[in-house]
Amino acid sequence: MAPTKRRLDRDDWLMRGGICLMIGWLGLTLILPLWWLLSKSFQNNQGDFVGLANYIEYFSTPALFVSVWNSLFIAFLSTAIVLPLAFVYAYALQRSCMRWKGLFQGLALIPILAPSLLPAISLIYLFGNQGFLKEWMFGVEIYGPIGIVISQVFYCFPHALMILLAALSMADSRLYEAADALGASKTRVFFTVTLPGAKYGLISAGFVIFTLVMTDFGIAKVIGGRFNVLATDIFKQVIGQQNFEMGAVVGFVLLIPAVVAFLADRIIQGRQVALLSARAVPLVPRPAAGRDNGLFIFCAVVGFLIFVLLSMAVWASFVSRWPYNLSLTLKNYNFGDFGSNGWDAYFNSVEMAAWTAVIGTAIIFVGAYLLEKTRSFGAARGIAQFMAMLPMAVPGLVLGLAYIFFFNAKGNPFGFIYATMAILVVNSLTHFYTVSHLTATTALKQLDHEFEAVSASLKVSLLRTMTRVSVPVCLPAVLDISIYLFVNAMTTVSAVIFLYSTETKLAAVTIINMDESGFTAAAAAMAVAIVATSATVKIAHLLITRRLERRTQAWRQR
Amino acid sequence: MPELTGHCCLPAPMQKQDNPSTTAPYLRIERLKKQFGSFWALKDISLEVFPGEFVCFLGPSGCGKTTLLRAIAGLDIQTSGRIFQADKEISDLPASQRDFGIVFQSYALFPNLTVADNVGYGLVSRRMPKVEIATRVADLLRLVGLPDSGPKYPAQLSGGMQQRVALARALALSPGLLLLDEPLSALDARVRAYLRQEIRHLHKRLGVTTIMVTHDQEEALTMADRIVVMNHGVIEQVGTPMEIYREPASAFVADFIGKTNLLSGIVVKPGLVRYGAMNLSCDIDIRPGPGSEVTLAIRPEDVVVRNVDADAENTFAVRVAEMEFLGSFCRVGLSIDGGKPALLADFSINTMRDLSISEGMDMLVGLPAERIRVFPGAPQSL
Repeated sequence: MAPTKRRLDRDDWLMRGGICLMIGWLGLTLILPLWWLLSKSFQNNQGDFVGLANYIEYFSTPALFVSVWNSLFIAFLSTAIVLPLAFVYAYALQRSCMRWKGLFQGLALIPILAPSLLPAISLIYLFGNQGFLKEWMFGVEIYGPIGIVISQVFYCFPHALMILLAALSMADSRLYEAADALGASKTRVFFTVTLPGAKYGLISAGFVIFTLVMTDFGIAKVIGGRFNVLATDIFKQVIGQQNFEMGAVVGFVLLIPAVVAFLADRIIQGRQVALLSARAVPLVPRPAAGRDNGLFIFCAVVGFLIFVLLSMAVWASFVSRWPYNLSLTLKNYNFGDFGSNGWDAYFNSVEMAAWTAVIGTAIIFVGAYLLEKTRSFGAARGIAQFMAMLPMAVPGLVLGLAYIFFFNAKGNPFGFIYATMAILVVNSLTHFYTVSHLTATTALKQLDHEFEAVSASLKVSLLRTMTRVSVPVCLPAVLDISIYLFVNAMTTVSAVIFLYSTETKLAAVTIINMDESGFTAAAAAMAVAIVATSATVKIAHLLITRRLERRTQAWRQR
Repeated sequence: MPELTGHCCLPAPMQKQDNPSTTAPYLRIERLKKQFGSFWALKDISLEVFPGEFVCFLGPSGCGKTTLLRAIAGLDIQTSGRIFQADKEISDLPASQRDFGIVFQSYALFPNLTVADNVGYGLVSRRMPKVEIATRVADLLRLVGLPDSGPKYPAQLSGGMQQRVALARALALSPGLLLLDEPLSALDARVRAYLRQEIRHLHKRLGVTTIMVTHDQEEALTMADRIVVMNHGVIEQVGTPMEIYREPASAFVADFIGKTNLLSGIVVKPGLVRYGAMNLSCDIDIRPGPGSEVTLAIRPEDVVVRNVDADAENTFAVRVAEMEFLGSFCRVGLSIDGGKPALLADFSINTMRDLSISEGMDMLVGLPAERIRVFPGAPQSL
């Protein structure tokens, strides 16, 4: 008998069309640029194919190749330091009864609102050539691996903390009661119940830190001194020596660890089975004076260090002339005096972040909706899903470089967006696509799977059900996505360092420029302006979310 | 249907036919097959549902009953086969172009819309005037016994009430076919029993052809006009609850519906089967010839213990090996040769008392020939 093929209704056509558009969009903003980058690395500067010649040159030039080891060294060291710190900190916040948990959590998460450059600038003020704690370094220079690692630890700590907070947030108290009843010691319980429960969180956090450090550009640029890493090498090859082909090679070398870490994490997370059944009884920590006090001291020390690094930049931004005249002033915020475009760069950043948040949220949420709700059409959905996950594995610097090659290429009909605000927005939203996509998907998966079936039986179009039900119910996630996009677009350096023009210079980029020109105080001031903006937006977000929850609690309860 | 008389929008109650075979079926399913990868969820299903009927698809999980329902709705299209509804072929139509209302186990109520907005969800898209929608929604809410819940949100209602809202929403467009996918499974026992009655009354009142999927035999037996028993993607039996219970067509049905003793026997001659050391006579013609293996099925409540004559047919001595007290009756495990219990019998508390049945007691029991059913093949653990 002939197989039955379902006739398609209007909704099917709309959704399939939408998925094709999504593939087209990601193809244009992600796949083609990366392809251009890859092919560029096999060409000479005349554009002729030269096979592996560039790669051979790269790996046979020790001056270039040493950056690979430097980057790996920094990444491993930073991961090894951040992971235990963040784990204990998260453990203290989730599993102890110590005081001031809210304060400690808020403090530790602030750095996420700052550009990675901020801790580096603070360190320069503390331990740099004119730092007032310079003697503490015993003659060792802060410019170099030490400065990079300390800054990376500060920068990565909140990212790792967020993952570990989530991993430790839920636990089944019955497991702990069973362990107690069996007479297991506290240490044994920790190693047989607590740690295995957080295993996947730890692995994931490890990969995140490793990738962040490998691919970060700002810190190494500001405080790296003569210590070369892959990220700064790309910049030197492309901007310094205009050697685009070698830049493409380094870009691809940088892509490898990021992709490996990404794939490894996906594979390991895929093995994760739900440890918490629906019947789990949530664990409520009970006071234990010794443990709580110990953890309190630990958090106080870590929190204090974070506070010092943060406030150092703030203080420095208000100081007249470091270290000779410590009187307070606002003149460092007069950015026009420091050879930059004044406050224009700051407003460019706000504009770019706002566009990214608005357009990005719309594109990403609708894309996730289409992938989640389209029936059959499996192959196209698979391709789109892969494309949506890919940006996670692509460092911002590599994506930025790929954009230059692609949108600058002769005959590209989309070349007109080169050197405009549009290319910055497109680049940022592509760079931060995956996390937003996953947030949207998680929220959509929590909706009843039969909403669409009900709509079909009631002859209501999916478009209407999406606007009337799915979006309102997912509104908290929608807000989360837009804030995530805004804050990241505001603070990112690596993704946009190649793409700005004189008219579209961004705040985070001017930090680097002003720091290079010796205007460190102005650089600090700009970093503080970014943090303040991100923090304001974040607080506004919290208030709106709380109001929204209050207004909608009638239907959210239970 | 008192309060809805004269309202144009609800379907007129259809007169249920006493003899369905003389009317044209409302829904006709022909040779339906559904494949998931290498697994056949539905193997050649053919079925007819008559106008105004209440049909239950009953079977263990994974038997294909929900797959069949979703194929009828067009939510998961069949691999091959044809479906006709009201004489129109709907085999390849998308769900949005078919005529049905559906209620899911999860209710699938829109959490951000009030009860009234949920019920009126399909009406709004029809560009009906607001006033008309409001009256219609009020009618529907009264119909399901929730006249005052309109302004509330689903989360403010109990599970049973939410399911009634879902029912009202499914009926809003006056569908010709009402599909219920395990509608009561998420509710606790008392609410379930109550809603069972409610749905039954509602069906009587509206007469809308209804198909309900369930894995709960009690639900199917109490609610359905006809039950479709399914297993491993095939229909085992279609019949009224009484037929299914009294005359199961296969050992699976006998075992799945109610409790049944399945005994292994060998045919001696027509009407006589050897079970262990005994010959049991059966009223039913035995299809396989002498010497072939068969399964004997007898329900525990059909085992006779009062006034048993030692010389009568199908009578033998047993020992009470174990007893399970179940309130109004006792389930007794009887061993035939002193070993493990081979036969279960349900004795009323009266019987237990009158005969002072206790563990270890020896007695005579009879298996009435007209109550024994015989199926080809050895019993399989189900």
